[in-house]
Parts: sequence; C-alpha cells; structure tokens
Amino acid sequence: MQAIAFICAVLVIAPLVLVFYHLTRLGFSSINWAFFTQLPKAVGETGGGMGNAIVGTFVLLAEAAVIGVPIGVLGGVFLAEYASSSGISWWIRFGADILNGVPSIVWGLVVYALVVMPMHGASAIAGGVVLGLMMVPMVMRATEEVLHLVPGGYREAALALGISKWKTILQIVVRTALRGIVTGVLLALARVAGETAPLLFTAFGNTHWARNLSQPISALPLQIFDYANSPYDDWHRQAWAGALVLLLLVLFINISVRVLTRERWRTKS
Amino acid sequence: MNTAQVLPAAVAPHQTMEHKPTNAALAVRNLSVFFGANEVLKRVSLDIAPNAVTAIIGPSGCGKSTFLRSLNRMHELNPDARMTGEIRLFGDDIYASTVEPVIVRRRVGMVFQKSNPFPTMTISENVTVGLRLNGVRNRKVLAERTEQSLRMAALWDEVKDRLQAPAISLSGGQQQRLCIARALAVQPEVLLMDEPASALDPLATSKIEDLILELKKNYTIVIVTHNMQQAARSSDFTAFFYLGELVEFGATPKIFTSPSQKRTEDYVTGRFG
Repeated sequence: MQAIAFICAVLVIAPLVLVFYHLTRLGFSSINWAFFTQLPKAVGETGGGMGNAIVGTFVLLAEAAVIGVPIGVLGGVFLAEYASSSGISWWIRFGADILNGVPSIVWGLVVYALVVMPMHGASAIAGGVVLGLMMVPMVMRATEEVLHLVPGGYREAALALGISKWKTILQIVVRTALRGIVTGVLLALARVAGETAPLLFTAFGNTHWARNLSQPISALPLQIFDYANSPYDDWHRQAWAGALVLLLLVLFINISVRVLTRERWRTKS
Repeated sequence: MNTAQVLPAAVAPHQTMEHKPTNAALAVRNLSVFFGANEVLKRVSLDIAPNAVTAIIGPSGCGKSTFLRSLNRMHELNPDARMTGEIRLFGDDIYASTVEPVIVRRRVGMVFQKSNPFPTMTISENVTVGLRLNGVRNRKVLAERTEQSLRMAALWDEVKDRLQAPAISLSGGQQQRLCIARALAVQPEVLLMDEPASALDPLATSKIEDLILELKKNYTIVIVTHNMQQAARSSDFTAFFYLGELVEFGATPKIFTSPSQKRTEDYVTGRFG
C-alpha cells in the first residue's frame, strides 16, 4: 500500500520534472538578451526575440490586478465581515465557486461580446478585463478565507477603543491578514498568467510593440501558441524559450508565495 | 490638530459629572438583555460608584460578561442581542437614539480576558492606535500619550527602550498591561475588565491587581472575575449575579463576610459555582 502511494506521489511530480527538463533542453539555448528586448524577426531571419510578448504579459497582468484585486478583496471583505451568514452571501459564494469553474474560453467569448465588439477590435484593455474578471472569484474566496482566520479578539479590541467598523476592518483586520491576501492575489496572478484561450479573441496578439492599451497586444502564451503552430524550426525554438520563460515566471510567483507564507508562520511562533 | 476637537469626551473626562450631580458613574436601571428569545439578564438595577472598583462575580453563564459588555454596548456585536431598560454614564443615556456606540466605547474602555495586542503593530503603535485611527496626527501628543499611558499601566520602565519592537514580543503579562495602556490612551472615564488576569501566572496577576488599585484614583473600574480572592482583594463593591439576576450588591467586605442572601454566601464560600 505504501509503495503504491509512493509511486502515485512520484507520478504527481513527474510531469513537472519532465516539463522543466524538456523546456530547458529545447528552450534554454534560445534565451539571450535579445530574446527579452527585441521584436520577433520575419520568417527566415534568425535572431529576434519576444520582448513584446513578455512586456505584454506584464501589462495584461497589471491590468488584471487593477481590475481583479479591488473587486476581489472588497468582495471578500463583504463576505467575511459584513454578510458572513446572510442569505445573499450564500448566493455570492455559490456564484464565485461556479465562476471559478467556468472554462476560460467562455470568459474570452463573454469579454469579446462585452468589450471587443463595442470597441470594434481586440485590445490590451479587453485582454486585461478578461484576466481581471477571472481573478475576481479566486481573490474573493481567498480573501474571505484568510479574513476568517483573523481572531475575533482583534476586532473586539479595536471596536472597544471606539474605532469605527470600517476602520477596524481596513486598518486592523485586513492589515493582520495582509500576507494571506497577497498570497491569494499572487496565486490568482500565477493562474491567469498562463491563460491562452481567453486572450485569443481579446488581446489577440501583436507582432510589434503595442503603443497604447486600445491596440491588440501580445502575451507569452499567445506568442507560444502562434510559434508552435508555425512550420518553422526557428520559431519552434523561440516557442520553447517562451514557454520556459513563462514557466519560470509562474514558478517565481509561486516561490514568492512560499516565502510569504513561511514568514507568517515565523512571526506567529 | 488639537486632540480636544477630535475626542471631546475623552479629553474632558468628568465634565458631564459636574453638570449633572449624581453619585453614580454608571446608573443601571431595569436592564434586561436578550439574545434571541433567551433572556440572559433580568431587570438588573445598580449604581457603579466613581473612582472605585466594582467586582462582578458569579458562576459561568450567569450573565456577568453580558452585563459588562452592555455597559459599553459591545454586546451589540451579536446581531441577535436586544436590550430594555436604561444605562446612564455620568447622567448621559448611552442607549439614546442619538448616541453612537463608537462614542460610548471611547468613554467606556474595555480590557479582555485574552490579551490581544495587534500583531502587525509595534508597542507604541498599539498604545496610540485608538487615537491615530480617530484622527490624532500630532506626533508630540502621541508621544506624550504613549508615555503617560504606559506609565499608568506600569509598563513604561520595561518597554521604554524598545517602543518600536513588535507588541507580540512581550510576555503574556506585559501584553495584558499593554492592552490596558492601549485602553487608557483614549482617556476613557470608565474601564471595564473582563477577567483580565485569568490567563496569567500569579506574579503577573498580582501586578495587574496592584495596577487596578492604582488606576481607581483616576478611573471608575468594573471587573468581572472568577477569582474570589481577587474580588475580595481589589474591589470596593461586589455584585453577585446568578442565572441572569443580580442577587446581591454591596460593599465588598459585607458581601464576603456577612452576605444577606443564602445563595451569595454559598457562592463566596465555595459551596457551589
């Protein structure tokens, strides 16, 4: 029994090792300074990079955070601090859990209808909106859960000092839970950083630098998708390198989360 | 900014007393508190004397904590709570429809059983949090109030060299005295204490008891305690609650040596409870 469990545990992490090995083997050689700073070269020319896609990914994540973090965090505050056991909060939680399971292509279609069609074209804004909307339920549920972990004694102590409820929540409760909230936000960012399907009809991709947010913008997953589908060996190598960079980005976010949560335990003990 | 503009009630503690001469700091009349359909306090009336320590004793579930919390409207955090009757703080009806609970709680401070300094804040930030979050920004005022409050809480000498250290680096007894300093910093008129020493070791407990005797020179203190010796040692008046009723209330020596009620005698002599 123990042996079977051990084999299963190894099988769980085996894909990670395989993916990482493969990406490093095939992609590492294409990573150089130009890869991060230059635009893609035309077919047939060697060199060039994915600078536009890397910058695009960060722009889209920043937009997503601007949209998803305030709505998600305040929604979580509402659920945990204002409507903990009311009927409406049950429906909001239920809705958030369903939204968490909505296939990402559906998010893309919804934002296509709501943002891309009225704006008559794909844009960085639409890409940010779709990723931001996907973050909302994740951030909201994570925030609610960490707020529930803040001992009630802190709320009572603050209220007994004559501090108003919203200041108590903002300055005492949220501040106490801040590490946990940041962790939830980072995990949500890591989730959406690799999303490809919702960006297909929203951010659309761009082989040049996007000059403003109303233009289509590239992102690493989109560029990888395009290059991997192409018939050119050179582009395939670039796709491998892009995938490696994306994986490292997600890995970096996850390691940050690890560090943050470890710090929390240290201060507690 | 002038603190007097921000915290009028807190800065002029006994102003209202002069206008309405009454012996009681808190005058409680026919107070009943319900949680849902459950009546946890039944028509309690008593006067809490100013600049004295009033101990509330009684077995678990007798309503003594609820009584204490009704004195600064903290019981309202329970959404099912409802009260009837009247409580006057130096003559002011604290349940009047025009009175905000926030204002009542600035005038009637509270210290809890479990010490709860804010873990994200330093020692000095904990002391001044009630002032800062109510708009006091003047650094000089904050620094003065920090020292003054920590001195009153008999903690100044132990922490004066590490005011910027995290509050949770203090020992349990120090944390509780920090919570007392935090409550004192907003300059309340009354200090409520809900079993403030029950989680502390004997040495830390005796420090808190000494502190209570010192504080009553400037404050009115109401303390809930499970510890009969503590009530006998540190209080001037004692109220014995049983099953939501006030059974007996009087000078502490009388309650402990010649109570008029049989139930009081049984409880203080340890025959039940």
